[in-house]
Amino acid sequence: MASGEASGLSTRSPREPEPRTPRQDKYSVLLPTYNERENLPLIVWLLVKSFSESGFNYEIIIIDDGSPDGTRDVAEQLEKIYGSDKILLRPREQKLGLGTAYIHGVKHATGNHIIIMDADLSHHPKFIPEFIRKQKEGNFDIVSGTRYKGNGGVYGWDLKRKIISRGANFITQILLRPGASDLTGSFRLYRKEVLQKLIEKCVSKGYVFQMEMIVRARQLNYTVGEVPISFVDRVYGESKLGGNEIVSFLKGLLTLFATT
Amino acid sequence: MTKLAQWLWGLALLGSTWAALTTGALGLELPLSCREVLWSLPAYLLVSAGCYALGTVGYRVATFHDCEDAARELQSQIQEARADLARRGMRF
Repeated sequence: MASGEASGLSTRSPREPEPRTPRQDKYSVLLPTYNERENLPLIVWLLVKSFSESGFNYEIIIIDDGSPDGTRDVAEQLEKIYGSDKILLRPREQKLGLGTAYIHGVKHATGNHIIIMDADLSHHPKFIPEFIRKQKEGNFDIVSGTRYKGNGGVYGWDLKRKIISRGANFITQILLRPGASDLTGSFRLYRKEVLQKLIEKCVSKGYVFQMEMIVRARQLNYTVGEVPISFVDRVYGESKLGGNEIVSFLKGLLTLFATT
Repeated sequence: MTKLAQWLWGLALLGSTWAALTTGALGLELPLSCREVLWSLPAYLLVSAGCYALGTVGYRVATFHDCEDAARELQSQIQEARADLARRGMRF
């Protein structure tokens, strides 16, 4: 960092990130991947495009859980193309789940803000500058993308999926009164220390984990802003939403209802 | 207080008020028409809540925004990305 070198006698170790003033905001994007060989180059290209055009400082942390399809090879090529200061590879040996992937990613993040999103192109990086602007506007601890408000929406969902989604969200709103319109969404911007604090406290998995993050955030009096996003679902055909998922969602919801 | 506790408190409060008024436990002599309405109020509220829920979810499903533009834009950007990355040496 230029300021460290200028002082000459800095006692900070070279690996330690310096505290940031608002002008030096840096955004770390966490991309947990499993078998995303096809999509990873595309999402990284879109991220680079979005950040370059908006001028914000960023890094992309790819957390691959030992994908057998060669995702890691693709990630290494991306690191060569864009540089290891922008593309950080922090893989793991096996599929270990989202919560631990976030913990792992946050440990290696040098930004003061963390962006979490899906790596399968359902979340579009073009919304990230909007998240950032919203965060600055309201000084929010968390900015969450919502598919249910404003001109947020979805592509690729049939009627059944929409009914399940709206129905589940309705029940969630009634029971939890969370102050955010889209609780199961996973396209969010967090202040780094806020994300660290919340991950410590959350115990659920899957959809419910994302819900629990927002619920706990409200408990701790963190502020949540929202930005409408479009969610382009290209994988729904592989039936991601079976009876099992619905049952575990309801179980998780009732647990949150009874314990928060 | 958990959300569950809040609900139980709310229901207990409303329930006991309703019970007190309908059984005349407080010694209040309400006109018959009032008491008839009061008696059927819980059932009426339950049905209304059900209708409200169905109506709201139905409305939200019907107005659920379909992002055709976003899908098209994504498709063309995928083409652009693949071409650009290939130029930079990516082997797919």
